[in-house]
Amino acid sequence: MELLVSLCIGLLVACGVYLMLRARTYPVIVGLSLLGYAVNLFLFLTGRLATNLPAVIQKGQVAEYTDPLPQALVLTAIVIGFGMVAYVVTLAIKAQAETGNDHVDGKENTL
Amino acid sequence: MNHLIILPLVLPLLLGAVMTICAKQSIQWHRSLGLLGTAALVVITLALFVQAISGPIQVYVLGNWLPPFGIVLVLDRLSALMILMTSILAFVALLYATRGGDTLGVNFHALFQFQLLGIGGAFLTGDIFNLFVFFEIMLLASYALLLHGGGKKRTSAGLHYVVLNLLGSSLFLIGVGVLYSVLGSLNMADLALRIGMASEENRALLMASALILFTVFALKAALLPLYFWLPSAYGTTSAPVAALFAIMTKVGIYVILRVYTLIFGEHAGVVAGVIDPWLIPVALITLILGAIGALASRDLRTTIAYLVVVSVGTLLAVIGTFDQAAIAAAIVYLPHTTFVTAGMFLIADMIQQQRLTERSGLRPDLPVAQPRLLGLLFFAGAVAIAGLPPLSGFVAKAMMLIAVQSHLAAPWIWAIILVAGLFGLIAIGRAGSVIFWKILPFDEGGKDGYTKVPYADAPRFSAGYAAPALVLIIISPLLVIFAGALSEFATVTAAQIMNPLEYIRAVLGNDANFAVATLGGAS
Repeated sequence: MELLVSLCIGLLVACGVYLMLRARTYPVIVGLSLLGYAVNLFLFLTGRLATNLPAVIQKGQVAEYTDPLPQALVLTAIVIGFGMVAYVVTLAIKAQAETGNDHVDGKENTL
Repeated sequence: MNHLIILPLVLPLLLGAVMTICAKQSIQWHRSLGLLGTAALVVITLALFVQAISGPIQVYVLGNWLPPFGIVLVLDRLSALMILMTSILAFVALLYATRGGDTLGVNFHALFQFQLLGIGGAFLTGDIFNLFVFFEIMLLASYALLLHGGGKKRTSAGLHYVVLNLLGSSLFLIGVGVLYSVLGSLNMADLALRIGMASEENRALLMASALILFTVFALKAALLPLYFWLPSAYGTTSAPVAALFAIMTKVGIYVILRVYTLIFGEHAGVVAGVIDPWLIPVALITLILGAIGALASRDLRTTIAYLVVVSVGTLLAVIGTFDQAAIAAAIVYLPHTTFVTAGMFLIADMIQQQRLTERSGLRPDLPVAQPRLLGLLFFAGAVAIAGLPPLSGFVAKAMMLIAVQSHLAAPWIWAIILVAGLFGLIAIGRAGSVIFWKILPFDEGGKDGYTKVPYADAPRFSAGYAAPALVLIIISPLLVIFAGALSEFATVTAAQIMNPLEYIRAVLGNDANFAVATLGGAS
């Protein structure tokens, strides 16, 4: 299970990094999102992998539980990430309008 | 509990919210509200500063969730100095913005307040995840402020800045996640306690976390190889924003100083001194490249932006020795470099408004309309920024050089800081001579063959318009006059920074033992 999850995260990061190195704003934004998902998954896992365990303990039952804090952190990170991606999308549209192309440097390659 | 500590965050938050809701109000309304709020912030931070230098470290427990479980704000001497600097700089920058810079786009004043909230929070928080949140607030406001007014260059520079910082945020989360999974806490004081007891098998993870976090903070502070966004971003944005951003790189420096003395400091057990091999070399190379950049730049604002990179390199090379006297000297240098670079950005803006063709480009143009006012301001700023006597740059630099004498890397630090200072002096001197002396039309008819007249339609500045820049530059001689008090303050502050136990006790109090006892929770 650990191997599978870490492979998933690794794949997400790899795709995210690859896309972030592209020359167009749209792939870059998709890459940023993928990277964000990978980070969120990773954060979630800092509470250790477990199934069917409560995060909030009931009275008289303290034997097994999962760490609730990483789940709270992930929620925060998801919200912030969502806002950031929304902002970058608007910025990319604005850059397209200002410069007339969607190249990240604002100018087409003339090579 | 002292509720004054939360005010520097609540006040900008409320003001920003009110301004956003009342976006339809006149610009005058926004201006007066913003200036009033920022002036109040200066008073509040001054009161906090006085408290911090006369008393122990104060802790503000949010929602009464006791540390290490809740979020805490910590006011020690260093964070008090930082928020005081921020509020003074903010007030002056906002004053300059109200001269017309705030009308280029919408919501300037609300964004400005949110920016202050983010910066103040980053300086005050004692919780590493909360630091991430405040970083995000600060960055989101800065993205919008950076692009304020729009334009081709600004948008493209802004896009790079945003993408880079989003990548930085992702890395920050990874670093924090690793730290939490190994140590089971997010409270900085608690982390500092737990890291000392970390086992050898967790060494690699902790090292990775420390260095990932260092990468993020280096990006914020604009260290090599992560400074390339800065000259384009600072060089293209509007002047009041660039002036406020002078404190933004200092946020990165502050966090490096805080995290690597408190959490990954000398007492950090298996990962003690984890960035020692990295910080000084990286800072020195940054210094060299910043100096070369300043020399090579063909634009006044980019030159000043590169001088920001130089000052970052200088500060971190000195801080990198992690020596008490050196850190004290760096704290003396900190206000000087912040205010003077901010002042230079404002002066550069006034100069470019009167050179209608070349703007801030370093090519001959008609003379500026007010050579006396701008020339004198520029000269004073240049002397301060290049670190020449009698202004504060010289005093602070001399203190830093003396303080690092005994360190192994001292020859390198001395040589590079001094040569970079010379480069900066040449760069700024050349910029001044091109702008003020090498003016069109070129001489054809001998000495008096023509009259050099400025543009007829160039704006003329009143004394009130130039006041913000003047205030920022005047701070420099003031820092010299009060150098004794300042260095005394810096010495005690450095002692407080280098003795993390004081901080840990202040935050965890008698619970420090309890925290140790419950260490089993995350293993």
